[in-house]
Amino acid sequence: MPDTSAGTLTAPAKPARQKPGGTLYRGREGMWSWVLHRITGVAIFFFLLVHILDTALVRVSPEAYNAVIGTYQTPIMGLGEVALVGAIVFHAFNGLRIILVDFWAWATRHQKVLFYVVVGLWVVTMIAFVPRHLMNVFSH
Amino acid sequence: MSTAALEVKPVDTAIQSFTVTFLIRRFDPDIDTEPRWQDFDVEMYATDRVLDALHKIKWEQDGSLTFRRSCAHGICGSDAMRINGRNRLACKTLIKDLDISKPIYVEAIKGLPLEKDLIVDMEPFFASFRDVQPFLIANSKAEPGKERVQSVAERERFDDTTKCILCAACTSSCPVFWTDGQYFGPAAIVNAHRFIFDSRDDAASVRLDILNDKEGVWRCRTTFNCTEACPRGIEVTKAIAEVKQAIMRGKP
Repeated sequence: MPDTSAGTLTAPAKPARQKPGGTLYRGREGMWSWVLHRITGVAIFFFLLVHILDTALVRVSPEAYNAVIGTYQTPIMGLGEVALVGAIVFHAFNGLRIILVDFWAWATRHQKVLFYVVVGLWVVTMIAFVPRHLMNVFSH
Repeated sequence: MSTAALEVKPVDTAIQSFTVTFLIRRFDPDIDTEPRWQDFDVEMYATDRVLDALHKIKWEQDGSLTFRRSCAHGICGSDAMRINGRNRLACKTLIKDLDISKPIYVEAIKGLPLEKDLIVDMEPFFASFRDVQPFLIANSKAEPGKERVQSVAERERFDDTTKCILCAACTSSCPVFWTDGQYFGPAAIVNAHRFIFDSRDDAASVRLDILNDKEGVWRCRTTFNCTEACPRGIEVTKAIAEVKQAIMRGKP
């Protein structure tokens, strides 16, 4: 099948009346990398907001600061850190991809390959980080 | 003798046809408040196009089905629509390239005001197109009886963007355009690119100024939906990137 064909629906066809707003636009790697970039970007923004607030607490009262930081040592927060690092790593690598796509004609043509390079680098980074991090989280 | 020889072959040469279900998003402004889905079963051959199915429905089943088409051969750019969730020209989408074991979804392109069934109001799209001044603005005069000279390399520079047929498949596939109708959109930028990089044209700086706007090229988030959607195979995102770089350099 040529790449330019309209393709097939992957999701099972739901009754049509359940799609009042029309079908979801089926973009490809470029669109989904953009969606992920947005989601991770917004998530990182909210993390930084909270992070600045809790760090600023040390000026208010060191005891309160210690209490808040103490709650971060729980396993749930440890798992949250995995998600945070995952979001930052994807956002960083994909950000580099977007710069290349904007400035280098070769990268504009091969943006799909670069997306899989980003995914690969993300997996490698997470394999290096997650086991070590979880050992720390669950051994204390 | 020869007629008898011809009759020996009573082979059934009928081409196999298939029953294909189409789910079409209908909207009649006189009756409906919301668009609704309606299904049609159509007998089709593998080599038929989605446009043929729409014709069969309109001519044999429901004459009220409304859609645009003119040339029906991928040149006029009238019948861009969303087929199975992707922008395509109905006249260039063959049944054999679709999975007919499931219904085929057909709906109007997104981001432009829906008028009826598969027809949208194209005016905002053409307004953006006009805004980039898509015509030759030359200070030089061609020699009497001659054309303006251009080398093969100079022509090649903007060849890709001359292919645009203004079908709006790219602009209506752009997530930025869906949420911000003020964005010029890929098609307008492609047509600006066609003149910005034309060696005979002298108004590149004017067009670069127009596109160096809050709603200009900087809105592009390189989702590549436009490049995927273009029925003429124009590398739309690449053209937009070239305009971005031209704006930064201050010249084409």
